[in-house]
Amino acid sequence: MTTTAGGYQPGSPLPHHVGEVIVEARGIEKYFGRNHVLRGIDLVVRRREAVMIIGRSGSGKTTFLRCVNFLEEPTAGWVEIDGLHVEAAPLHARSRAHQEQIRQVRLRAGMLFQEFNLFPHMSVLGNLIEAPTRVRGIRRDEAVATAEKYLDQVGLLDKRDEYPARLSGGQKQRAAIARALCMEPKVLLFDEPTSALDPELIGEVLHVMEELAHEGTTMIVVTHEMHFAREAADRVVFMEDGAILEQGPPEQVLNAPKDDRTRNFLRRFLED
Amino acid sequence: MSARTSEPPSRIVELVEESQRRARKAFRLKAAATWIALIGGLFLVLWLTHNIDTAWIEEWWQFILIGAPITIFLSVTSILIASVLAIFGAMGRLSRNPYVFGLASFYVSLVRGTPLIAQIIFIYLGLPQLGITLDPITVGIVALSFNYGAYMTEIFRAGIQAVPRGQREAAEALGLPERLVMRRIVLPQAFRIVIPAVGNDFVAMIKDSALVSVASAQELLWRAERAGTRTFHTLQAIIIAAAVYWILTIVFSYFQERLEQRMARGDR
Repeated sequence: MTTTAGGYQPGSPLPHHVGEVIVEARGIEKYFGRNHVLRGIDLVVRRREAVMIIGRSGSGKTTFLRCVNFLEEPTAGWVEIDGLHVEAAPLHARSRAHQEQIRQVRLRAGMLFQEFNLFPHMSVLGNLIEAPTRVRGIRRDEAVATAEKYLDQVGLLDKRDEYPARLSGGQKQRAAIARALCMEPKVLLFDEPTSALDPELIGEVLHVMEELAHEGTTMIVVTHEMHFAREAADRVVFMEDGAILEQGPPEQVLNAPKDDRTRNFLRRFLED
Repeated sequence: MSARTSEPPSRIVELVEESQRRARKAFRLKAAATWIALIGGLFLVLWLTHNIDTAWIEEWWQFILIGAPITIFLSVTSILIASVLAIFGAMGRLSRNPYVFGLASFYVSLVRGTPLIAQIIFIYLGLPQLGITLDPITVGIVALSFNYGAYMTEIFRAGIQAVPRGQREAAEALGLPERLVMRRIVLPQAFRIVIPAVGNDFVAMIKDSALVSVASAQELLWRAERAGTRTFHTLQAIIIAAAVYWILTIVFSYFQERLEQRMARGDR
């Protein structure tokens, strides 16, 4: 049984809640030096879809996510986000035209990091309005209103004027999510957003992410949180050795994996 | 066992703390007494060798001390210009443009590879042969800025590189263009990292500014030397100048340490 690169069976109906294609990545290859870490990844993500990428560390899932918004320049392949098509250009990665295309991609894709990466020299509000005012050219009062809306959504309105150093890890990651939302991206990319958090703080971040998923935010999440994937994912993608081995609805991939290696990974993971 | 002499543990902790406090106080007192003895000894030697001439001091102290604000002016102006040079130097040293990198690394190598006094003489006596004549204070500012700018280029470069990579990535992921990533995200954080080192350089510059006396800039050392040689009181004059430099560095080092402590405490 084969699945299409989009993750759905050929001919089978799409889940009714998903919309048009937002992210399409084709033939993504990545070498670090001579090390072949991504071996031709194809992935299609549709509007309102929450796709979770799982796999052991070193399988290339984070590298793939970073290739989607060109924090890593793919060695080959192309990415299309909301109709903007960008080819990998490893030989001309620094060219002005390519950099501008990449910037346009990034305006469509918000990114969340393991280490949050809030700007420590700006207040929470400063973090949130920096890009809207300086990149999008939105008036400051409008940007503040938007920022407050999203801070409220992640439950941090009272931390508006705090500096990041005064926030807990969970609060930092939620502020980072609000910062990404302020740019009104078409898709959110999460790179192991809870891996740097103390166990008791993971829940509050996953809760915010789950709400976003249920509201229909398009997202690609690299995660080790299997329970979260089961609850919030529309589709789970299992990666190993730089390739997608298996993908489908969470109950299928997580409960009845077809591939031995997926089964192996899940067994070891659930034992831990 | 010896229940009669044993104290409760909380009392023992108090006693230990009390004796430690006393030991620290005694240490500081003895160290201060050593300083006073050394300074007193120095004065005694000068007095016994008839080298303290109060009439001379009364006549000349103002002439020498006017050099202090000039020294401070030289140092403050030069550290500010040097900082600006260092920002551009550091960005040049990190540039992907080979010409810009070449220019910046040439500047740093040339300046760090030649003596400051040679640079001062070059600007003071060499440039006029090329038709460029500057007044002595300007010579001093140009030489000190240029020299410290090169050393501080390396400080700023290290500061920029010490900003975590994730900061740059987060800014890029938000769509900030490269120029804004540098100006809004990287440089402000790099500044906080380099402030203690810049303060350190400032204190060093107060002393190095004495070298511009060879260009006849009428700062502290030049005045002391002039006052001393004219009246054969060089020993006294130079001691006065040295004392003023010493006091200036103690004062600015104190502020610099305070600043460093505040920076070390982290974000607010």
